[in-house]
Amino acid sequence: MPPMPPSNVLVTGVAGDLGSRLLARLGNNPELDRVIGVDTSPPRPELLRRAGHAEFVRADIRNPLIAKIISSAKVDTVVHASTHAQPAGPTRRVAVKEVNVIGTMRLLAACQKSPLVRKLVVKSSAAVYGAGARSPAVFDEDTELGPTSPSGYAKDAVEMEGYVRGLMRRRPDITVTMGRFANIVGPDVDTVLTRYFALPVVPTVLGFDSRLQMLHSSDALAALEIATLEDRPGVYNVAADGVLTLGQAIRRAGRVELPLPRTALPSVGKVLRGARIVDFSADQVSLLNFGRVVDTTRLKNDFGYTPRWNTRDAFDDFLTGRGIRPVVDGERLAGVLTAVGRR
Amino acid sequence: MSSGSSAQVIRLHTGGAPGGDPAREADAGDADRDASVVELPTAPASESAADGADDPLGRLLTFLARRLTGDYAVDEFGFDPELTDTLILPPLKLLYDKWFRVAAVGGENLPVDGGALLVGNHSGVLPIDSIMTALAVRERHPQRRHLRMLGADLVFKAPVLGTLARKTGQTLACNPDAERLLRAGELVGVWPEGFKGVGKPFSARYKLQRFGRGGFASAAMRAGVPIIPVAVVGAEEIYPKIGDIKPLARLLGLPYFPVTPFFPLLGPLGAVPLPTKWTIEFGEPIPTDGYGPEAVDDPMSVFNLNDQVRESIQQMLYRRLARRRNIFSG
Repeated sequence: MPPMPPSNVLVTGVAGDLGSRLLARLGNNPELDRVIGVDTSPPRPELLRRAGHAEFVRADIRNPLIAKIISSAKVDTVVHASTHAQPAGPTRRVAVKEVNVIGTMRLLAACQKSPLVRKLVVKSSAAVYGAGARSPAVFDEDTELGPTSPSGYAKDAVEMEGYVRGLMRRRPDITVTMGRFANIVGPDVDTVLTRYFALPVVPTVLGFDSRLQMLHSSDALAALEIATLEDRPGVYNVAADGVLTLGQAIRRAGRVELPLPRTALPSVGKVLRGARIVDFSADQVSLLNFGRVVDTTRLKNDFGYTPRWNTRDAFDDFLTGRGIRPVVDGERLAGVLTAVGRR
Repeated sequence: MSSGSSAQVIRLHTGGAPGGDPAREADAGDADRDASVVELPTAPASESAADGADDPLGRLLTFLARRLTGDYAVDEFGFDPELTDTLILPPLKLLYDKWFRVAAVGGENLPVDGGALLVGNHSGVLPIDSIMTALAVRERHPQRRHLRMLGADLVFKAPVLGTLARKTGQTLACNPDAERLLRAGELVGVWPEGFKGVGKPFSARYKLQRFGRGGFASAAMRAGVPIIPVAVVGAEEIYPKIGDIKPLARLLGLPYFPVTPFFPLLGPLGAVPLPTKWTIEFGEPIPTDGYGPEAVDDPMSVFNLNDQVRESIQQMLYRRLARRRNIFSG
């Protein structure tokens, strides 16, 4: 039996950048009958205006209402894009965990209940792999997710993936695509990492220069759209090619690096959290400490998508798009140096 | 441009004493100017050794400029070849040439391209032998390839050291990383004796310790690359370890705290390695592509390969030692 193309799509997390843009893309797709976006707050007005025939329902996925929407709208494809592995600002942790874990459980329960649901696309995070001195340099999808390595939001993502696997066991007829996304950057993206690089003075872990791998928001969107419209079951790492080290990224952004001993970072994190600037959680510190790179062979070969932006270009696009002016003008200093060299 | 500033540039560039022979400085200045005039148009086209050697200062400034703007490339393991070649390797090369006077033999056994796993004996309290092996590979290989070494997690946990290790191309000794590097066609170095080898007492010198659990053998089998046994002679005497202060090691979180005739007795001076004469021999490659895919899952064949490699390194060591007349002059 050939896979039936999706006709009624439900997207969660449409208040976020990725979710709202996916809603707009799907809303302008004439092949789809109904496109319903769900979130606790509406998407940005300019995106809602461009959203075509997409509808927005203000609902909490933890609410039983979600099951009603799924059955009454005859939803056959559910895109779960509301998970936050990296919430941007300081939010109440308990609240985020509620949405991440309990919300996912509720949504999956509703999917399991509805016989019409044929496909589930889940946005997970590469943070599930954790980051540490004992981790391999590059993670592929078969890496075992140790229960101990991640903490905080990463742990939420691990638990969420566990529930998704549970659904796959109970409803083998549902096509499940799970993307483990690297840190998404782009002109409109607001995550902990983008806020971090917007700080004039960037705290880092003394004596460590971690490897960072990113993903441009347009590539993230394209991957989610392909997963929604076509059948690509499986778990895929979604990340850009190439690596920037933290120090390199800071210099490209023209920030001032402030290396602090590892033990001092939690208290700095608390100050930044308290000042409502950036949420600096434990798994964020371990990312800055050791870094994380994922293998994208499966994304390119099996899923069939090659990200158009590499990490460096994606990061530069984020810098220019956000209008982040360098605090330290490395270009100018470098220009002076090369001028001296020419003489 | 004033002549004063040019003189200053030259002084830095030649490394000579300030206020040296003015004629020589003027000469060098001309050469410098000539070089840059000739070099500018050709620089983007090719980077021949002759061109580069002409203007070390210019290269250094370009290097610094690229560092300031973050305009350099690192691979997925964090390897930064530019930094390694510009800043890290030159001082180590002095240690290689002048202090240990390393003689590297058997360079023809290194594959010209494609992956290979180099397996060596480990010793010397500090893993200087791995660094010298990497330099020997770079010196003796026609393409001056970098050796990507596998290290203990202790290294990557340590501040500065861990980052330095990543930047110079090292990664954690685990099968996924090893196979990834080997499949990418890199030369990978591993010292399966680990801490048991580096920290072995002086009395156990040149006696190979247990070779881990054979993880390196299965990695080479899976990647289908040859194993090149490496014998390092000379490294086992640089720090004659005659004792081990275990409580202190535990306190500092180290695998051992060495006592040598000079350390900690003479303090930092005692930490200077003895200037032994080294020989690094690359042995005949041991092929692994003959093993089928099922062999990797057969612990017996993995252990056999493991023992075969260990045996050949031990034989190479005995042969080299029999030929050596003096620890310090070779």
